[in-house]
Amino acid sequence: MSDVSLTVNGRRVSGNAEDRTLLVHFLREHLGLTGTHVGCDTSQCGACLVHVDGRAVKSCTMLAVQASGSTIVTIEGLANGADLHPVQAAFKEHHGLQCGFCTPGMIMAATDMIARHPEGLDEATVRAELDGNICRCTGYHNIVKAILAASQAMAKGAKGKARQAA
Amino acid sequence: MGIEGVGARVARKEDKRFITGGGRYVEDMVVPGMKHAVFVRSPHAHAEIKKIDVRQAQAMPGVVGVLTGKELKADGIGNLICGWMIHSKDGTPMKMGAWSPLAVEKVRYVGDAVVIVIADTKGQARDAAEAVEITYKELKAVVEATKALEKGAPQVHAEAENNLIFDWELGDGKATDAAIKSAAHITRMKIVNNRLVPNAMEPRAALGHYDKAEDHYTCWTTSQNPHVARLVLSAFYNVAPENKLRVIAPDVGGGFGSKIYIYPEEIVCLWASKKTGVPVKWVADRTESFLADAHGRDHVSTVEMAFDKDNRITGLKVDTIANLGAYMSLFSSCVPTYLYATLLSGQYDIPAIHANVRTVYTNTAPVDAYRGAGRPEATYVLERLMEAAARELGVSPAELRRKNFITSFPHQTPVIMNYDAGDYAASLDAAMKAADYAGFTKRRQDAAKQGKLRGIGMSCYIEACGLAPSAAVGSLGAGVGLWESAEVRVNAVGTIEVLTGSHSHGQGHETTFAQLVNQRFGVPIDSVSIVHGDTDKVQMGMGTYGSRSGAVGMSAVAKALDKVEAKAKKIAAHLMEADEGDIVIENGEVKVAGTDRSLPWVQVALAAYTAHNLPAGMEPGLKETAFYDPSNFTFPAGCYICEVEIDPETGLTEIIQFVAADDFGNIINPMIVEGQVHGGIAQGVGQALLEGVHYDASGQLLTASYMDYTMPRADDLPSFNVSTSNTPCPGNPLGVKGCGEAGAIGSPPAVINAITDALGVVDIAMPASPSTVWSTIQAKKH
Amino acid sequence: MYSVNYHRAASVSDAAKLLKSGDAKLLSGGMTLIPAMKTRLAAPSDLVDVSRLKELQGVKVSGKTVTIGAATTHYDVSTDENLKKACPALAHMASLIGDPAVRYKGTIGGSIANNDPAADYPAALLALGATIITNKREIGADKFFKGLFETALKEGEIITAVTFTPPAKAAYQKFRNPASRYAIVGVFVVKGKDGVRAAVTGAGADGVFRSKEIEAALAKNFDVSALDGLKVSAKGLMSDIHASADYRANLIAVMAKRAVAAAIA
Repeated sequence: MSDVSLTVNGRRVSGNAEDRTLLVHFLREHLGLTGTHVGCDTSQCGACLVHVDGRAVKSCTMLAVQASGSTIVTIEGLANGADLHPVQAAFKEHHGLQCGFCTPGMIMAATDMIARHPEGLDEATVRAELDGNICRCTGYHNIVKAILAASQAMAKGAKGKARQAA
Repeated sequence: MGIEGVGARVARKEDKRFITGGGRYVEDMVVPGMKHAVFVRSPHAHAEIKKIDVRQAQAMPGVVGVLTGKELKADGIGNLICGWMIHSKDGTPMKMGAWSPLAVEKVRYVGDAVVIVIADTKGQARDAAEAVEITYKELKAVVEATKALEKGAPQVHAEAENNLIFDWELGDGKATDAAIKSAAHITRMKIVNNRLVPNAMEPRAALGHYDKAEDHYTCWTTSQNPHVARLVLSAFYNVAPENKLRVIAPDVGGGFGSKIYIYPEEIVCLWASKKTGVPVKWVADRTESFLADAHGRDHVSTVEMAFDKDNRITGLKVDTIANLGAYMSLFSSCVPTYLYATLLSGQYDIPAIHANVRTVYTNTAPVDAYRGAGRPEATYVLERLMEAAARELGVSPAELRRKNFITSFPHQTPVIMNYDAGDYAASLDAAMKAADYAGFTKRRQDAAKQGKLRGIGMSCYIEACGLAPSAAVGSLGAGVGLWESAEVRVNAVGTIEVLTGSHSHGQGHETTFAQLVNQRFGVPIDSVSIVHGDTDKVQMGMGTYGSRSGAVGMSAVAKALDKVEAKAKKIAAHLMEADEGDIVIENGEVKVAGTDRSLPWVQVALAAYTAHNLPAGMEPGLKETAFYDPSNFTFPAGCYICEVEIDPETGLTEIIQFVAADDFGNIINPMIVEGQVHGGIAQGVGQALLEGVHYDASGQLLTASYMDYTMPRADDLPSFNVSTSNTPCPGNPLGVKGCGEAGAIGSPPAVINAITDALGVVDIAMPASPSTVWSTIQAKKH
Repeated sequence: MYSVNYHRAASVSDAAKLLKSGDAKLLSGGMTLIPAMKTRLAAPSDLVDVSRLKELQGVKVSGKTVTIGAATTHYDVSTDENLKKACPALAHMASLIGDPAVRYKGTIGGSIANNDPAADYPAALLALGATIITNKREIGADKFFKGLFETALKEGEIITAVTFTPPAKAAYQKFRNPASRYAIVGVFVVKGKDGVRAAVTGAGADGVFRSKEIEAALAKNFDVSALDGLKVSAKGLMSDIHASADYRANLIAVMAKRAVAAAIA
């Protein structure tokens, strides 16, 4: 057993868990953050993606104790209060989800992808970068559409903010 | 259409919880005192169980219980059943072998559940599961259906001699033979439909909770039809009587057929909860899902299609062997029979059809309905045949199809179905235009200059869905009726709850069903709540599969709305002292037509509950129930065109474009319909290019994780070009046909027709993986 | 996963000490080890986490030498601006490993210590003639990779860095397994000071190997045309449900040609 201390969605949390506890299970079972899902055993489906120290990683392939000391954002912490994150809003507007099970991972992947591509995204890049996220419902069509739309909306938003600052 | 009414592109109400992490799936459920279960599964495809020793496992840390099939049987828990009776052509009933929820004497496939281990944590349960000692005597296994029928093949069940479950036929054999004999041209093929694993992203899960004080069970389960689960758990498996069993299917992460059935795990978790005195939760891991979820497809067919000298089809003869795996799953028998052979007329006017279907036991996972269920197999047979025939006859594949289209309705096929409406040429024209079919030759030449092989293929599919008239399916052997129920509860403040027996696991019912209510009463969809998935809340229902929630489920809602509307009008007429026939409801107002008199909807609802001033003799309240049983199946149809480009050096196929032109009748929410088509196409393209189950000869599953089973990824697929046309369905009050399965039904032959076109070969096995395509190119060279 | 004791090493020497307890294993990105532990195929008693050690991180390009710390992630390798100039082929190769989330965690040291027969780095390091530096010694890539999941590493030995001289020309081309997305065949070609080297991953029944046929052909003329008509023998190649040995042999030739084309582009 080890102590695990994390900052999750802006809150400092700590707990005691078996060393073999995966981060995803710590989030789900110790912290009640059940939005992060497990869809496979081989680190391929991406339903478990969370941001650890600003990078989207697979919480099913990381021990909770390994993450101790890190800052984590899960799907539950993405919206700013009642305001949806632009990626969340785009998934809704463009019907980028059906059963919702892969959706948290998709959204966490998308926010990371958009951040990594300040130059903007095209369809081929989005499809290539979704390599680690599997969806069985949507055929990806509307997920790709939603990510492209969110990327554009966020670029506009950033420009708007820059103008305001100037 | 209002902004939230029928036909509007309304964003989904349910999305809010899913995009913020607030979805509630079975795995998310926590009950005080809950423990975790792991199943010990057979590592052998076929073996006798000689001895089970659980003593060491019982002594492991955290272990609450280790239970076997013997104990389960001793408590009177029943065997799993197949709920659709099929008789062989000699009149004998199908030969169903016993399927115990925990194997007792024999295991019949790798993954067969043998022991349940329950412990404080899942890790401890898994530790203890490894300590269960089972002594097996291995037996020879058989995995291929054709081999299972051979003399001397290993016998899977004593009940089914030579592993033959039934030998069934449909249609007129004599007339078909005569047509073939007198044909000007016959196209013959052997057609294999590869076995698939449905792979809903949420693995199956069950949480069984026995409340001793109430003598009552609750089962949270990943189900597409919780009421059917309760019925079967009660009536056949003796878990508990219906009044003492509540089944809840909360948010369910995709189904595609695989969550229709009642599996051993939910039976065992419920029973084990009573036995151990703790709530028992089981969640499958992905490999467990590969091993023990019902698989789909797995047909081998020998087919002949006869043409006259004018290239009109005169007859179709189909001989199919269907692999049902080690046990007969709940609806396994109807998939290769009444959901398959009845669709063999396709969109074509075929005077004589005969289908013979043999179903077979093998030492593989049970096979049942997977998205499309029988109809993809029928479409694959027909549309591969049409393509091959067009090439043999030297005519355009489009024109051969067009020449043989059914053009007048209703149309009675020789294989039971009576098509009610359709315009197949319209879909074909729309698809060819969208795909710029005429410009293909130029594109092919351009690709050739780059050293690439281009091909184009089409598929004109039809399906029967909206499953369906109870009397009809009953006469064909179904154990249940296939109606649907609905209850519409108008609250005193005018908000509305709709209770439905349909179950949404991604289809968006919380939005589309609310749109129906909005259309009728003008109540904002935010004021309409859809309640489903809980047997304590909804009285009865048959669930969601076979694209039936629109045609059957929503029609039931429409019927209940009729009753609510009628009563509301009576109340309004009374309040406004008008004639009932003059009352209209528009945009949330209840009006007297042609006057300026009106009441807000809210006031009529309130009046129904205050009951201060109701028409004489009227009961208070505004709540109505309806059951809807349709008079026919519905017949969505369409045309799909796929264009591929193959890299001959690697065998890699790229889909350049995929066009879908569908006729789904009336549409409630086009955005959701398009999403259903996209997902269906992805699964169909997956079958054609990527997915396939491999067992080795000893029955070990080689494709038991995403490392070996190829799931379609975003970069395997293009964006899809989808459109719809509309011949309203005359068979239900909404004119809808259903759209959930079309994509998976229509797309595999379009892809394979394109690949064979590109390669200049007659056939290629699915999945046409790079390695298979490359080997095919090499074989053609030599 | 079986029970395990986790230790976070404070330094490489601390890690070396911790490795002496029980059946301990080093944990870096964990992208291979943790999945193997989850399926209970790996069962170390202890895990010694070196992923946060600063001394093991970073890409350094100085003069004619590139040094990459063992715990540098694939993402950091693929995006390092200096490496992109010094050896773009290696940065490109790192950008093809796994998926974005895997690249954020997986490390070069972990990848080569595991020496998966379908991993990308072994081909790159073998072709580059890189040197693997451990806490005890330096090992040439030719001696380091020793078959399926086998390396020259001794008990308790820790990879600290990888170093190589950037070549004049190099490129990597990979044909992915459609399911796992690992290499069915990956070919890394290099034209450097010691001549031409070509290493193949994903295909060999004994793991990564140098292709004599390709190297001989390219030694005379480092051009795609030198590989025209090249027949690679299927002998010694893997065969599985995804690809036969013949298909892999074909892909080796095709990927080699494409790699050369990319290298001289």
